[in-house]
Amino acid sequence: MADRSFEVARLPGFRSIALTAFVLLYLPIITLVVYSFNAGQSVAVWEGFSLDWYTTAWENEAVKGATYRSLLIAASASAIATTVATMAALGTTRRKAFKGQTFIYVMINQPLMVPEIVTAVALLIFFASIKVATGYNGLIYLIIAHAAFCIPFAYLPIRARLEGMDLTLETAAADLYASHWQAFRFVTLPLMLPGIIAGAMLAFVISLDDVVITEFVKSGGQDTLPTYMLGQMRRAITPEVNAISTVLLALTVLLLTAFFLLTRKKD
Amino acid sequence: MSSDAEKKAEAARTRSAWLLSTPALIVLVFAASGPLLIVLTYSFLTPGQYGNVIWDFDLNGWVSILYTRDIFDGTLKLADAHLSIFWRSVKLSLLTTAITFAVGFPTAWFIATRPPAQRAFWLFLITIPFWTNLLIRTVAINEVIRNEGLLNTSLIWLGVISEPIRIIYTDTAVLIGMAYVYLPLMVLPLYAAIDRFDMRLLEAGYDLYASRWRVLRRVILPIVKPGIVAGSILVFVPSLGAYVTPRVLGGGKNMMIGNFIELQFGQGRNWPLGAALSMTLLVVVMVALLVYVRAANKEGNPHG
Repeated sequence: MADRSFEVARLPGFRSIALTAFVLLYLPIITLVVYSFNAGQSVAVWEGFSLDWYTTAWENEAVKGATYRSLLIAASASAIATTVATMAALGTTRRKAFKGQTFIYVMINQPLMVPEIVTAVALLIFFASIKVATGYNGLIYLIIAHAAFCIPFAYLPIRARLEGMDLTLETAAADLYASHWQAFRFVTLPLMLPGIIAGAMLAFVISLDDVVITEFVKSGGQDTLPTYMLGQMRRAITPEVNAISTVLLALTVLLLTAFFLLTRKKD
Repeated sequence: MSSDAEKKAEAARTRSAWLLSTPALIVLVFAASGPLLIVLTYSFLTPGQYGNVIWDFDLNGWVSILYTRDIFDGTLKLADAHLSIFWRSVKLSLLTTAITFAVGFPTAWFIATRPPAQRAFWLFLITIPFWTNLLIRTVAINEVIRNEGLLNTSLIWLGVISEPIRIIYTDTAVLIGMAYVYLPLMVLPLYAAIDRFDMRLLEAGYDLYASRWRVLRRVILPIVKPGIVAGSILVFVPSLGAYVTPRVLGGGKNMMIGNFIELQFGQGRNWPLGAALSMTLLVVVMVALLVYVRAANKEGNPHG
């Protein structure tokens, strides 16, 4: 036993720190989920299993409205972002470097670099003046704002997918007298579809989760689920917030698992 | 002649690249880049009485980042309240970076030294919180540290304390919250760097009678340094611009720059100051990101 092999990669204490980190990472989330099923008001004392807080949330008109807006904005914004990102990815990948390429990359990735609070303030100022000038206060401002910051998230998986495809099949299609459009419709598009779906899902999750930009851009009565929750946190937290969080969490995990399965490298 | 045709084909390709990118660029200019120029303009205007601005050139937005004007004699004094907010933001962001590194490095090392089949699982465990709504994670940590939360309840139940420790609405609460929400941002780039690390170098180190500590300091840390820089900046940048976490866990008093900016557009009714603060934050973040890009490039070709 004394001659146990010497593990080179082992560093003392690292394993326990790492395992503690995983416990600390999940403990708060698990607490949140567990107590959303608590029968009582408390988030500390367990008073039995119930779905009361889910029904409370579901019967709350404000929550219903916020859910509807969250889904509508996420669906519209991710549709717009995915469409324009797909086009941009087709334009910027699988070709020699061209003039302005760096500019386009910087523009597309810009929402990832600018602090969210700065973009939020910028959109607040810009849209406030449009709202005053036109008198229109609809959800379209939120949809466009979300579409913009979703673009890099939609673009990156689509570009990754395209870069993994060479031009052989398209060339073969052209050799067989397919038009540009036919080659795109029947060869390129089906091949890049997993990337497009992955990009759309990522954009959807990102839009669904946004707090800061929505908080600044929304007009009165345009709360989404996250901004509704943020507003609720000003008062005492009720397990209703936990219930909404749990639903959002489940949705995120579901979409992410699907995303990983789609983008998994096939060996 | 052929080079002429080539040039034409080249121009056509460039044109199609731009045409295809145009719709994305329009959305981005309209709702991301363009409005930043408006913020820059607003920082040089006069605040309106009920918010918004009056279109008169005024440097006061920038001056009042650091100074306040005395109400009686109009002299400029350093604005202590502002300075304390900046100091808190920088201090908490640096501490967040340090804590996430201290916890994140062993975690990333642990994942990278798992058998390949298990690695994806551990990475997935880091990725889930990474993609989970920041607000939800803040709510979750709030459940743990508030007065009637998990931590205090368990400590009282165990008899360690009799009165709840008040953590919520303090700088410590903000720090715990930020370290919690930004930990994955440290672990992922560190993992990427350690994953490329050649473990044979460790054997070489030990063969030369280096201690574990010496190997860590002289071999591992210098080689994964680009990953450390990347992780630190990925944590520092969002910490500095944090808005949600200090608002929820810090209460109204323990403001950071993000909340201070919001205040100017709300009760503060000083849009030019808010705009100037936003631009300052943007510049600081851009400088940090330039450092990051350089570190990432270095990491990209270590064999070059």
